[in-house]
This record gives sequence, C-alpha cells and structure tokens, in this order.
Amino acid sequence: MTTDTLENHFEQTIDADQRIEPRDWMPDKYRATMIRQIAQHAHSEIIGMQPEGQWITRAPSLRRKAILLAKVQDEAGHGLYLYSAAETLGADRRDLTGQLITGRQKYSSIFNYPTLSFADVGVIGWLVDGAAICNQVPLCRSSYGPYARAMIRICKEESFHQRQGYELLMTMMAGTDGQRAMVQGAVDRWWWPSLMMFGPPDTDSPNTAQSMAWKIKRHTNDELRQRFVDMTAPQADALGVSLPDPDLSWNPEREHYDFGAIDWSELKRVISGDGPCNAERIARRKEADENGAWVREAAAAYAAKHAGGKS
Amino acid sequence: MSEPVWPLYEVFVRGRRGLNHVHVGSLRASDDQMALHNARDLYTRRNEGVSIWVVRSDLITASSPDEKDPFFEPAGDKIYRHPTFYSIPDDVLHI
Repeated sequence: MTTDTLENHFEQTIDADQRIEPRDWMPDKYRATMIRQIAQHAHSEIIGMQPEGQWITRAPSLRRKAILLAKVQDEAGHGLYLYSAAETLGADRRDLTGQLITGRQKYSSIFNYPTLSFADVGVIGWLVDGAAICNQVPLCRSSYGPYARAMIRICKEESFHQRQGYELLMTMMAGTDGQRAMVQGAVDRWWWPSLMMFGPPDTDSPNTAQSMAWKIKRHTNDELRQRFVDMTAPQADALGVSLPDPDLSWNPEREHYDFGAIDWSELKRVISGDGPCNAERIARRKEADENGAWVREAAAAYAAKHAGGKS
Repeated sequence: MSEPVWPLYEVFVRGRRGLNHVHVGSLRASDDQMALHNARDLYTRRNEGVSIWVVRSDLITASSPDEKDPFFEPAGDKIYRHPTFYSIPDDVLHI
C-alpha cells in the first residue's frame, strides 16, 4: 500500500473515533509524539515517588505509613503501565530511563518542589493528584489504545490518592492551631505549581492543535486548568483553607471561577532545570538505577543458569 | 560492561472465576517466575485477578494489520453463519 493510502486509513480510523493499536501503520510524527508524551508521563510517575517517599519513615501513625506506602507503590505501578505502553510503540524502557537520567527527556515540573512538612503529603494528594485526574480522565479516550487503557487503570487508582490526601488534611484541620498552620502553609506553596501542571497557556502551546486533531489530547491546557479551579475552590472552602490568590472569585456570568495571572516565567525556569529540587530528583533516580545494576545482572545470570534448553 | 536485557512478557489476568484471561499489559523480567511475581505486584494490587498467565512477547504469533482485510475476509461474506440470516414466522416461539 502507498503511504497516502495508509495515511488515509489512519485518519479515517481517528475520525471514526476508533483506537490506533500497536501494529497499525501510523505517521512517524504521531509515533514520536506518543512516545514523548507517554515517556514523559511515565517519568513523572517514577520521579513522583520521591517527594512523598521521603515521608514514609516519618509518617505520624502506622495507618498513615501503610497508606503512604501503598500510594508510592501505585506511582511505581503507574510508571510501569506507561513504560509498557511506550514499548508497544517500539521504545525500549531501559533506553527511556537513560534519557531521563541524562536529562534528554522531561517529567512534570511539579515534582521539583520540596515536601517540607507532613501536610505536604495531604496537599499533594488533594491538589497535585486532583490536577492529574483532571488531566488524565480525558486521556482515557486518547486515540492510542495502549495509552488509553493504561490511563483507565491509573485513573481508578488516582481516586484513592486524592481522597486519602483530602482526608489527611481534614484530620489535620481538626487538630491544633499548629497543624492548621502547616496545612495552610502547604496549600500556599503548592497552589500555583499545581495550576502550572496543566502546561503553558493555549496561546503559547504550539503542539496543542496537532494533538487535538489526532485526538491524543481532548481538551486544551486552559480548559483543563479552569475545570480544576472550578472543582477545587469549593473543596478549599469545605476544608477551611484559603487559596493564595486574591483574584480568585466566582464569576456568575461565566459560571466559572476567575483567577489571577500565573507566573509563567517560574514554569519555564523549573522545566529548564532550575527548580528547587531538579538536580536532587535526577541524582536520586540515577543512584537507584546504578545501585540496581548488580541485581539486574544477578537475576539475568540466575535465569541463564536455570534456563536449561530454553533460550 | 553491557547491561543484560530482560525479555518482555505479556500479562493476562482472569478477573474472576467464569471469565476469560484478558491481556492487561506487559513487563520486563529475567525469567518466567519473576514475570509471574512482577505481574502479581503490578496488575493485581487490588484483587483484580484470581489467575495470571505470562508469556514472552517474542513467542506470540499475531496477524499482521497490513493484511487485515484479506486475512479476515473469509468471514466477511458468510452471513449464513449468523442466526439473523434465517427468517422464522413471528408466531413460532422460543427459537
């Protein structure tokens, strides 16, 4: 078949809202875009284990420790679902990890902020995972089948993440003045970075049009950001915290919340490597990879020894 | 030192008794046993399965999407394989 016929068939499949599956023909650019997006998402899950993982040994109760362990284990699982999806496109996950630790592929800017108190664990669940859910629910209908299916699994599990965070914060808000101050402090630090998770504004997002045409993305960055603000503002009221934005208010005409201007220079700075924890996060991931090398080697040697007649 | 490459495995999970095993994704493991354990940890953290199959991806033979239409064509024109092909009078019941 000629490339034109193949491309036609691909476009028709997308237009009919059918999924593209691994062995289908697809334009090189679609494949490259999917690998980049899925890898970046996988890396975010894996790096995302670090900010909260630091609190596992310091969780204030066995209950909170068990919950946090399960949550961080889920993040690892999400990373693996996504590397699995990337491999269906011909990417190799060892190679992707290499690209992450040498800085050639990116991960979500949000994980370059530090977790200064235990309230941060709750706020990450509520705001960061809440924003992730807003982003990810539409991706369950993404045009690439394996990615969409991975997102369905992930979204089911993210709901636990968000609820445990909110419950943790409710518990702290019912505690002492000191605990309430910790929650407010964490909200003040994480609110704006959470809004930046949706990416640059639509006016500065050159790939959005192509991704929407290919149904990789279903909504623009600004649409999803607005949806998140609309969901979250009432939750902040219920919790009894204030969001650090004097311009945040309900606009009855738009039937949405208005909110203040985002400092995009901060997002650019953090993405380009100059956030508070960029170097630390990559160094930790690299260290884990290097420390695991002998285990991978030993397991391969064991497998070879016991393989018998098998290759 | 060249790093050993662990083979890719495809994972199939039976959600509960009475259902088929369904493909859920893939993973890397050094051997079959590790693939099974990793599959349990990765794909059944919330009781999603009562049975798991793992099989090395390179052992699977699959139809090619390029020959999709000709490959499945033999079924295309055999509409008499479907029960709706046969018209039965309305007053004949339970058929």
